[in-house]
Amino acid sequence: MNKIFLIIRREYLTRVRKRSFIVMTVLGPILMAAIFVIPIYFATMQDEKRVIHVVDETGLFITKFSNNDNYIFIPQYTDLETAKKTLKQTEGYALLYIPRTELNVPSQAMLYSDKQPSLNLTGYISGVMNREIEKQKLAAEIRHQIRLSTPGYEVAADSAADNLMSETILKNIKTNVNIITYKIEEGGIEKKSSTEANMIVGMVASLMIYMFIFMYGSLVMRGVIEEKTNRIVEVIVSSVKPFQLMLGKVIGVALVGLTQFLLWVVFTAILVGGFQQAFPEKFKMPSAQEKFVTNPQMQPQNIKTETTANLQADTGNETANQILEAVSSINFPVMIIAFIFFFIGGYLLYGALFAGIGSAVDNEADTQQFMLPVTVPLIFAIVMMQYVINNPEGPLSWWLSMIPFTSPVIMMIRIPFGVPYGQLALSAGLLIAGFLATTWVAAKIYRTGILMYGKKVNYAELWKWIRYKG
Amino acid sequence: MAILTVNNVSKHFAALTALNKVSIEIEPQSIFGLLGPNGAGKTTLIRIINQITGPDEGEVLLENQKLKPDHVYSIGYLPEERGLYKKMAVGEQALYLAQLKGMSRHDAIQKLKFWFRKFEIESWWNKKVEELSKGMQQKVQFIVTVVHEPKLLIFDEPFSGFDPINVNLLKDEILELRRKGSTIIFSTHNMASVEELCDNIALINKANKVLDGSVKEIKKSHKTNTYELHYKNFEGELKSVLNERFELTDIRNEDGIHTAVVKLPKDAGPNDLLANLMPHASITGLNEIIPSMNDIFITTVNAFNQGDPNSLLAN
Repeated sequence: MNKIFLIIRREYLTRVRKRSFIVMTVLGPILMAAIFVIPIYFATMQDEKRVIHVVDETGLFITKFSNNDNYIFIPQYTDLETAKKTLKQTEGYALLYIPRTELNVPSQAMLYSDKQPSLNLTGYISGVMNREIEKQKLAAEIRHQIRLSTPGYEVAADSAADNLMSETILKNIKTNVNIITYKIEEGGIEKKSSTEANMIVGMVASLMIYMFIFMYGSLVMRGVIEEKTNRIVEVIVSSVKPFQLMLGKVIGVALVGLTQFLLWVVFTAILVGGFQQAFPEKFKMPSAQEKFVTNPQMQPQNIKTETTANLQADTGNETANQILEAVSSINFPVMIIAFIFFFIGGYLLYGALFAGIGSAVDNEADTQQFMLPVTVPLIFAIVMMQYVINNPEGPLSWWLSMIPFTSPVIMMIRIPFGVPYGQLALSAGLLIAGFLATTWVAAKIYRTGILMYGKKVNYAELWKWIRYKG
Repeated sequence: MAILTVNNVSKHFAALTALNKVSIEIEPQSIFGLLGPNGAGKTTLIRIINQITGPDEGEVLLENQKLKPDHVYSIGYLPEERGLYKKMAVGEQALYLAQLKGMSRHDAIQKLKFWFRKFEIESWWNKKVEELSKGMQQKVQFIVTVVHEPKLLIFDEPFSGFDPINVNLLKDEILELRRKGSTIIFSTHNMASVEELCDNIALINKANKVLDGSVKEIKKSHKTNTYELHYKNFEGELKSVLNERFELTDIRNEDGIHTAVVKLPKDAGPNDLLANLMPHASITGLNEIIPSMNDIFITTVNAFNQGDPNSLLAN
């Protein structure tokens, strides 16, 4: 026992003192914080204003384009060719040309530019045009109805009254349906839940487990290969059992991973927090996550009145609160305990296999053929993620969350949707059994492999090693 | 009482037999040579003694006790395939390996300092292993093998990678260790050092022990009653004056001094040879040819490989 401790200590200390570990520990949070901060920064950054020339032969839309932070619309009352020349001379960004059509119901517009215009811009233009055409059609319909109901009453072709009326109707019929799902828990307590929030929490957790298994599993493998190529392994196994050496390495590397992971979480929190303190205004608008950090006191009712008052308003605030509420519907104690368990269990299961592979080869290039069967279940689990999100209770999801090779990844997706404790216990038990089994097999391979040099090993050979006695 | 007894040990790897009922006994405070061609099974035997792998049959006793896990503390092993963690500092690494051999941290530091001083390598303590030359690394490796003062030391090709000066240093250390009470198993292909150092040997070939005993006895029993004769003032055909039962195996001439190698029949002695030759030439020297361990190794292994192990016994 004491020897395993010595091995774990060496594996841990030599790794955390490495320059690459320190660099990664410092850079990781900066990168992660950058993922949060940079999009916000860019989203709020003042873009260079782009000038769009508009030639509108129909005359319907020319006043409808309103200038915003990114675009300035300049009407041109010339023909297309002249406007093209003007665009070139004035170095405008694009030229919007709306041709007159036979039925006076334009459904087409051309955008000329020497660059590929952004989706943002084309989306805005078509949105404005759609709304305007809808309005026109509605106004025409209103006029038609008036004419039918009051014969002899002549309406001006384009009265301001009609337009205003159609605009109001359009505004009033605009709706935004939000489906709020309630999960009925035992005892009849209803909790607001959100599929999206469950999905995000589950995916983040399972992706983290997946990455951790791969990163630190291959670290174990490289450690074993290093010992083998250094030829130190025979010196060590004359003092300790190969199994102790293998287990010590797997555990030591796990501790390194956990250390790095913890440091990342802490540093990222500090960095994001610090950035928030420094530039609070940057965090006012976009993603939901920041929102409940900056507006924690906002009451749902307030938003309700606000949103009904202003139908055009961004519904983000409400979404944020829904997410907040929905996230709190996830059983977090279970989630956290399960995460830690499957995180460590999954790593140990695969870590032992990676150690076995490392022992069977002489250098990293030879690992390929043995890596495949180890990585396939993991990659399969990631591929099946979407399916499991859609059918968290389905039979395939059930099996994938039970099989130890996929359960660490798949179970994490299922837990936010609610998994009975019995299933959790079964899955956990199977994972422990799986871990013991892979460690047993890996130890057999390891014991023979570490002392085998210069031999190309295949599966038949590995099978032989597993069956060797003592 | 033997310090180490190997009793009818066999080991198989699938179809391959690595050891076939091998038995050896090693006297305390002796240097025991474990010899044999490549792939004979020496390393497997050494690994069994070190409990790196277990025997399929037979048993190994250390001081009359069946091998048990604690025995690794009483054994020091310098494998042929040896190395150190390249990125780790020398002192830290030596400390780690010493602690794995059951030493307390405090003891290990003291003993290591002593050995580092003795080998004049104190200044390397904080250096990384990759900064050292191969010979320097071998010194560190030797120290970590002996630092826990084991009763039994196993050296597999200990001199590879050393220059002649350091080979001598190492030989002196090995002899010193024996004087202080250690028993040493010494595996090598260098027969000269076997003759120089070993008290007893065992020769393993193709999983079988084909020869063992004390070096002196083995050499004695491998004598072929062959003599080297130096003489002058005789220019005729030596063969014509020799007794026909004597076998002339070699003859050469250097600056008027003739040297002849003559093999005598069992019942004849050097006096018979002298009596035979004295009337014809003036004899300047006569000595018996004692076979080197190298010759014994080669003839024994060849005889065994030709499928005639009985010829060994006849010898």
